[in-house]
Amino acid sequence: MTNLELKILNEPASRASFDLVVNGQARRLHDLDVRTTLLDALREHLNLKGTKKGCDHGQCGACTVLVGGVRINACLSLAVSHQGDQVVTIEGLGQVGALHPLQAAFLERDAYQCGYCTPGQICSAAAMLVEWEQGWPSQETVDLAAPRSPLTDAEIRERMSGNLCRCSAYPQILEAVRDVAGPA
Amino acid sequence: MKPFRYVRATSAAEASRLSVEHPGARFLAGGTNLLDLMKLEIERPSVVIDLREIPMATIEETADGSLRIGALATASAVAAHQAVRARFPVIARALLAGASGQLRNKATSGGNLMQRTRCAYFYDPAKPCNKREPGAGCAALEGLNRNAAIFGQSSACIATHASDFAVALSALDATVETVSSDGEGRAIAVDKLHRLPEETPHIETHLQPGELIVAVIVPRPAPGGQVYRKVRDRTSYAAGLASVAVVGDRIALGAVALKPWRARKAQAALEEGRSPTEAAQLELADARGCGGNDFKIGLARRLMVAAIEEARG
Repeated sequence: MTNLELKILNEPASRASFDLVVNGQARRLHDLDVRTTLLDALREHLNLKGTKKGCDHGQCGACTVLVGGVRINACLSLAVSHQGDQVVTIEGLGQVGALHPLQAAFLERDAYQCGYCTPGQICSAAAMLVEWEQGWPSQETVDLAAPRSPLTDAEIRERMSGNLCRCSAYPQILEAVRDVAGPA
Repeated sequence: MKPFRYVRATSAAEASRLSVEHPGARFLAGGTNLLDLMKLEIERPSVVIDLREIPMATIEETADGSLRIGALATASAVAAHQAVRARFPVIARALLAGASGQLRNKATSGGNLMQRTRCAYFYDPAKPCNKREPGAGCAALEGLNRNAAIFGQSSACIATHASDFAVALSALDATVETVSSDGEGRAIAVDKLHRLPEETPHIETHLQPGELIVAVIVPRPAPGGQVYRKVRDRTSYAAGLASVAVVGDRIALGAVALKPWRARKAQAALEEGRSPTEAAQLELADARGCGGNDFKIGLARRLMVAAIEEARG
């Protein structure tokens, strides 16, 4: 561990150097202002512009990324607080020529108009399907005691409510997620 | 966002000690409320004490039938936990009725209880708010107060508490376990954690400086059905206009006061054998609106009746 790392553990500091593991690669953030959010660290310091800044207040979901496989709003998280964490962005989910099934489904279903919310929608949907497979309930889940609820359209809509689409492509987004999830 | 210094604590006592050493410090758990408020410069901490290294995310059933929820357990983890779903469904329902999937994955149990009001005037630095700036006045009194409190408000503040979790915990007679800078711990009933505004709405809880919530303890639930119901402008990802938790005859209302509102008059009425309608009428007889939120009195009454009847099956 470097001296800087020890320093941020032991005494308050306004700048810090640390590593994130982004899309499988260790990425160094050097002498970063501790105010920097995970979203700004990805976009402005690691040049990963796929993750979008919409509201910057956790209301729109455009900045959704996976941390430790779990979806969060990157705008409401300090980058320094993710030291050593595994972060996956839309760039890590699929690439040109090797699209993630959700990326292919969004193309097929035309599940966007302007496309600004799309990276967040896709990262969110990918993690949402894992949450569902693990049996996490939602507000729409009728039987909390059941190990896993049927993934109805109402369940998908509820579980995706943290991602807004101002072009209102919601019906196509639902179709795209349904294509990947399979029948309810 | 104003500049601050960042530090990590490795134990609850160390976090508490750091907080006492650095006036104006804030604990960082999930950060979903704190970071939002820091960006708006409503929260301007001198030091941010990150709790991420402290091992307090465990959810466990104890031998006496109670449930211990670590303060860093996320809303998603709590709502998905088998013991919560099987024995404390009102907690799962309350948590799943709030925020979004992304926020629930980050927001913690301790942070949920410590979240600050969503009153629009608290969020608007151009308008006076006694909570944000003591003595400045309250713009909500004469403003858009559709979602203001109907219980326990004062001439200084008519804001409400936004937590659904706290409402379920109140009906379950839960307590919080805390640690102070000397390493000593104590238990505080969730019902006694938050303060009503009176003349000092900027003082929001009964916690001492530096005192940190480390866990929520939920005793074996009272017999009877458990129900959580919430009414809001959208059915997902919106704050409540009114909510109610029912655990047997124990009832708490949400979004009606600056703390979860334990409906003890309604409980006493039910225990005397009175009907749900009579019980709700007795409780809501004390409510008063300020114009825009008058509708919440009838809404809360009907909601309480429906939830009690649902809990009775």
